[in-house]
Amino acid sequence: MAKTLFDKVWDKHVVKQIPGGVNVLYIDLHLIHEVTSPQAFAELETRNLPIFRKEKMVATADHNVPTINQHLEIKEELSRFQVEKLGENCKKHDITYYGLGHEYQGIVHVIGPELGLTLPGKTIVCGDSHTSTHGAFGAIAFGIGTSQVAQVMASQCLIQTKPKTMRITVDGKLSKGVLSKDIILHIISTLGVASGTGYFIEYAGSAIQSLSMEGRMTICNMSIEMGARGGMIAPDETTFEYIKGKKFAPNGSDLDDIIKYWKTLTTDNDAVFDKEHHFDAADISPMLTYGTNPGMGVKIDGKIPLAASGENEKSHKKALDYMHLKGGDSLLGKTINHVFIGSCTNSRIEDLREVANYVKGKKKAENVSALIVPGSKQIEQIAKKEGLDTIFKEAGFSLREPGCSACLAMNEDKVPNGEYCVSTSNRNFEGRQGPGSRTILASPLVAAATAIAGKIIDVRNS
Amino acid sequence: MEKFKTIISTALPLPINDIDTDQIIPARYLKVTTKDGFGKFLFRDWRYDKKDQPITDFVLNRPEYDGKILVAGKNFGCGSSREHAAWAISDYGIKAVVSSFFADIFKENALNNGLLPVQVSESFLEEIFKISASSKPAVLKIDLENQEISLEDTSLSENFEINGYKKECMINGYDDIDYLLSLKKEIEDYENNLSITY
Repeated sequence: MAKTLFDKVWDKHVVKQIPGGVNVLYIDLHLIHEVTSPQAFAELETRNLPIFRKEKMVATADHNVPTINQHLEIKEELSRFQVEKLGENCKKHDITYYGLGHEYQGIVHVIGPELGLTLPGKTIVCGDSHTSTHGAFGAIAFGIGTSQVAQVMASQCLIQTKPKTMRITVDGKLSKGVLSKDIILHIISTLGVASGTGYFIEYAGSAIQSLSMEGRMTICNMSIEMGARGGMIAPDETTFEYIKGKKFAPNGSDLDDIIKYWKTLTTDNDAVFDKEHHFDAADISPMLTYGTNPGMGVKIDGKIPLAASGENEKSHKKALDYMHLKGGDSLLGKTINHVFIGSCTNSRIEDLREVANYVKGKKKAENVSALIVPGSKQIEQIAKKEGLDTIFKEAGFSLREPGCSACLAMNEDKVPNGEYCVSTSNRNFEGRQGPGSRTILASPLVAAATAIAGKIIDVRNS
Repeated sequence: MEKFKTIISTALPLPINDIDTDQIIPARYLKVTTKDGFGKFLFRDWRYDKKDQPITDFVLNRPEYDGKILVAGKNFGCGSSREHAAWAISDYGIKAVVSSFFADIFKENALNNGLLPVQVSESFLEEIFKISASSKPAVLKIDLENQEISLEDTSLSENFEINGYKKECMINGYDDIDYLLSLKKEIEDYENNLSITY
């Protein structure tokens, strides 16, 4: 029977089918971090259970770490306790841990791929919804809750209902100034924040294939913002080329052998999806969000919708009240005091190069504070090696040390109450970047242009 | 996990769509290493103002809405995978959440904590909100055994879906770890028979 890419990977990982429509699914890679793991370790201890396959786990500290002076003790007591607890737990159970100061430390969804841990055909989970990022390699990757973190620790398996399948095809050539972030924001604003719930997405089409691995990761990362547990892209030469030479990836003849298998990880021509959507790349413009969920997006030169239809009317009004914006207005020209470039969506070296390329020789506007937080220690090092740090410094941007930072503001990097932030992160929920903060999601290019202009401008004309 | 028994309780209405987990429990309260005590932070920024004073018209601050069933708009629990959202709702004393649509991860987290997500039709949900907005709070009865939810003092009721495995777990208070541990031999056999290993 013809199979989708998703079916091929899923079916290979089913240990057992249980009556009642659920599967026991084997997990190849389990990533953990300080915020959603402590209660899972405690659960195992209460039950006196060992870690079943510690070699399939990798830990890092990212969610609440400071982004300055990481060599010093963490000042904030609760954060320090949580990070120390992770270190203790990993030591006790002999789990690989890339803590603060380690050359491989970084955002969990950034380090997996760059270390060659994320590979095609794998099942990957983490107690974080943006685990969907790893799907860019043709892996089944999805976020889980802490009870499930404990289940994987105890058995290397999860009990899961098989989701339905959806294919989103984007064909054609991207216009000037349009990045992969704009593709996914365009898709979410068209289909809605619950359109993917119950589904696993495959992204396909020439516009997707033309993207680098970094670009593909940005797309898959935001699958969860449509409600989908995950999104994946069939592995191809771009994927294999990226993997080659990565620290923990197969090499030599092992790599050649496994690539033969990876090449079979494509959707069969006559496979049927439960749902299909098609987009034309030419219709996509640089995007901005105006509301309090990632589906509330408009083209950069578009107008904020006057009202939403029917059931969403109340949410639309609540969002605009919170954002202090008016339906019918354009966001162009809006003064912005904060710019955040970072997060598991857009903190990779390609994103930093994009920003550097735009801001080189320019200076940020005086009203703006511009924060750049690289996704990992390795990216920070590459940026320095390429001299991007100097470019950022001369432009007045603050280049920090790696972590999740102002994406969810668990550390000190917060947007003040009532202030706007153009952010390359993934969520514009109320209070996401700090209590009362107002987030406008955008691509790294739009964020860079905003920092220079001190207001939102159409980056295509600059 | 606590066994789920039939409940009859006042409905706590939150007629807003797309309530995300950052609203249920903001990230700044996730810096602890235990599961307890999150109830006081439930809907923190909708429940209290910037000076930590209760916002009087928010449902959790209104004495007439004292109950065990939260009723929320479509796509409840979207956003992050933080199980703290389910812990906060449970710790507050809520046993079931009713909505016309749930985000996937939230639904799984709820079920793993003995908190029942009950998916109803849009019209049933509207009816609950309508009654709640009128003279006195709506009262709901949730019977998991028969997979039925009914609106007390009316003839309205609906059946809801739950997969057979999870229903057994909820009724008997079993969790997934118990079951997975019983499969150790099968999991090892699976590992030993793999043609591709990572």
